Amino acid sequence: MDSKSFSNNDSKPIGVVGAGSFGAAVALMLAKKERVIIYARKESTVHEINSSHTLNGKEIPKNISATLEPKELCEACDLLFFMIPSSGFQEVTRSFAPFLFPYHVIIHGTKGLCLNLPAGTGLNTVHRMKRSQIMTMSEVILEETVVVRVGCLAGPNLSKELRQGQPAATVIASKFNEVILEGQRLLRSDKFQVYGNSDIIGVELSGVLKNIIAIAAGALAGLGLGENAKGLLISRGMVEMIHLGNALGGSIKSVMGLAGIGDLVTTCNSVHSRNYTVGYRLAKGETLTEIVNDMEEVAEGINTVQIIKAFLESSDLRAPITENLYKVLFEDLPIGDALQFLMKYPFSVDVDFV
Amino acid sequence: MEQKYVKHKYEPILPKQAEWPVVKLARERKEFVKKVADESEKRVLKSTGDDPEILKEELETTLYREKLRIKQNPWAVDPDDEADFWREVKSSLLQLSTGPKLESGKKFKEYKKILNRISKRYSEEIASNFKATHYKFTRSMVTYGFSRLLNAARVKGFKSIFSNQYTLQDKIQITGETDQLRDLATKGTIVMVPTHFSNLDSILIGWIISVLGLPPFIYGAGLNLFNISIFAYFMNALGAYKVDRRKKNLLYLETLKTYSKEAIQFGCHSLFFPGGTRSRSGKIEERLKLGLLSTAIEAQRTNYQNGKFDVSGKIFVVPVTINYHFVLEAPSLIRDHLSITGQERYYKENDEFSTSYKISKFLVKFFTKGSDISVSIGRAMDVLGNFVDENGRSIDKKGRVIHTRDYFVSDGKISEDQQREEEYTNRLGLRIVEEFHKINRVFSSHLVAFTAFELIQMKNKKLDLFDLIRLPEEEIHISYDEFKSACQMVLDEILNLKSHGMINTAPHMSLPMDELIDDGLKNVGMYHAKRPLLKGQDDNLITEDMSLLYFYHNRLTGYGLEKLFK
Repeated sequence: MDSKSFSNNDSKPIGVVGAGSFGAAVALMLAKKERVIIYARKESTVHEINSSHTLNGKEIPKNISATLEPKELCEACDLLFFMIPSSGFQEVTRSFAPFLFPYHVIIHGTKGLCLNLPAGTGLNTVHRMKRSQIMTMSEVILEETVVVRVGCLAGPNLSKELRQGQPAATVIASKFNEVILEGQRLLRSDKFQVYGNSDIIGVELSGVLKNIIAIAAGALAGLGLGENAKGLLISRGMVEMIHLGNALGGSIKSVMGLAGIGDLVTTCNSVHSRNYTVGYRLAKGETLTEIVNDMEEVAEGINTVQIIKAFLESSDLRAPITENLYKVLFEDLPIGDALQFLMKYPFSVDVDFV
Repeated sequence: MEQKYVKHKYEPILPKQAEWPVVKLARERKEFVKKVADESEKRVLKSTGDDPEILKEELETTLYREKLRIKQNPWAVDPDDEADFWREVKSSLLQLSTGPKLESGKKFKEYKKILNRISKRYSEEIASNFKATHYKFTRSMVTYGFSRLLNAARVKGFKSIFSNQYTLQDKIQITGETDQLRDLATKGTIVMVPTHFSNLDSILIGWIISVLGLPPFIYGAGLNLFNISIFAYFMNALGAYKVDRRKKNLLYLETLKTYSKEAIQFGCHSLFFPGGTRSRSGKIEERLKLGLLSTAIEAQRTNYQNGKFDVSGKIFVVPVTINYHFVLEAPSLIRDHLSITGQERYYKENDEFSTSYKISKFLVKFFTKGSDISVSIGRAMDVLGNFVDENGRSIDKKGRVIHTRDYFVSDGKISEDQQREEEYTNRLGLRIVEEFHKINRVFSSHLVAFTAFELIQMKNKKLDLFDLIRLPEEEIHISYDEFKSACQMVLDEILNLKSHGMINTAPHMSLPMDELIDDGLKNVGMYHAKRPLLKGQDDNLITEDMSLLYFYHNRLTGYGLEKLFK
């Protein structure tokens, strides 16, 4: 990669929190325009980036450096990209909070949910959840820090393809135009289109809910079912996403966009997707524990199914795919039975949301 | 045990009248009005994108609406030359579009001239006519008159009219962060945002500000109040500027906002009723009118742009709730609310504070019967809704000092971003509503009205709100025992919420339940011809007016207390 395009030495570097596959892909894109500092928790990762300019053995540009210290990152950068799984999101955000000020801008790329429950309780003890007990990542940031200018990055962005520089697009959602514009300035390129959306909750939820359908898609493939079944699942899955998204405070439009349908179609067709893999292996007869134990990175969908199930308990809503997937994952319902149930479910109306 | 309310005597924070910002503003009225006109003209031009065609359209729309208003909804307070003025505007506009062709630059100039005339007129119309002498007179008159009435009513016997045993402060309790408010008022600029249930609020708040020893605040009062000469006098004396709700055109709204913003920047403490108008449903405002609120944020940013980074340039938002047992206008407010939500008929703004006679009658009733009012002053916040400490510094949720100016920084510089400030205004609005609910003080009358209505609703589950309200009064009765236990259940939950800082209660709420219910029944809507709730024969509870009961019930919605009745 060439290094002449980042001429503006006055501007502050961009921070990237997390050095996982998606974090690394975003850092590479950002490095084409600005200097980048990556925050990582592993000392070996930081050392690797700073001393040999490689990450996991692959070469990265010289304008990317790394740090172990949240303080250092916050002081050096005004704009931070949070690229960490939802399971560690609250903890990492809390560790950054003391060094963040209202002039900071945070854009996150995490497609998961967190819980806002009293200490000592968790998913295993609370079986009914109200909306106020479920938080999207932007809500976590607003809750834990003083940063208000928050955005999120969502859409069909498989890290592997991004690294190869294949054409793709993403959505940056924020209530603040300036956040969208800055994100677009930094990420847009010949190969990468960036759309804006002001419905940040809707976009976040789209990215979150599609993971449920992705597990189901994997399961269908694992059962050896064909494209008709997949078409059925994607369209019914979309309806479910729309109703759930709406109930959780997102707009229908966002689900219909790149972050919703766009991401849904990609994930349901991708053998690289972690969520898809979970479903596939389940259908092949493995148990959830076995699958989780030998996966390197987290499949957000498992956690999401559990949270949404608990949310459904406190609302009047029905979400047959999620409910049956929950039974398969946690109550040992055979996957074939779940499928039978769905085929008999009285979905009489095709489209009832517009 | 009923806790006693301690009366404080507050010394004025600025003893010299000449130092009052509002007096300084009155001295410079002429220049100020011009500044507002110029500034709002700039804003209108900016919003039209300096496009002559769009400007023309705005002017024509304004003209059309103004002519319609003059014809359909004239008020006594309207100036006599109004029709003439708009006729002139019309002919100027007509001349420009049909007259000899002008080159576009020149034409634009002519349009700007018309804009300038309208802005000037609006700005002059909005500006307050504050006179310090009138203020002092009004203040002493109100205090004197009120305490005479009060003592006449409460202290028995001859000479009672000269007794000083009771003062207005016995009638109207002021609680909450009064010291912080007084302190911050000497350091920065205060924007006070009270809840709004009754037209009486304007005068009440004016009086409270003076009791607290604060210099007069400026505030926007509905122009309809100026229709009545006695109110007009009060309002002018208290520093009110005029808000005409009939005028919804861009030019007027921009001028109004500019006036408010410039006055805040000038250092005038201001008061907005952020609900915009009186709460028609009787609920605490859930959605605020954000127009004027946005001027506080704009003024704060402009202060920073002008380099005022110390506390003297800081703006503090102080939420205030006013709690009554009784709202004089309740019957017509709730009727309006029901007809708007029920869409039965077209809604038109009407006024029951229409004659001086009615007002005096109310005042006499108000002072001669025991119905107390409490005013809770909330904690001061910065314009982003962060609480501030004794030095006016903003404190985040974790107790760390932060700088409000950082919210306006992008790329290391303070910048103007309208969309960002709109979002900040939304946030501030939500924060204010949140604080309203926390500092709201529950009265016995709120408790009984809420409980009774919920019980009736529970017994008639199949009826929607409108059918419920049309239910014949004979069919409604609640046995006292049932009512009492339900009241206890609601009170327990209120106290639970209170222990979490989610709501507050008046001292009389610690009475034993039977007395509390009696007190509530005695006070709920006590001056209405039809009582919303009272004891009938055999101790059963009955209502004479369901919609009024609904109105007083609404004061406690928004806390999730309804769930107790599911």
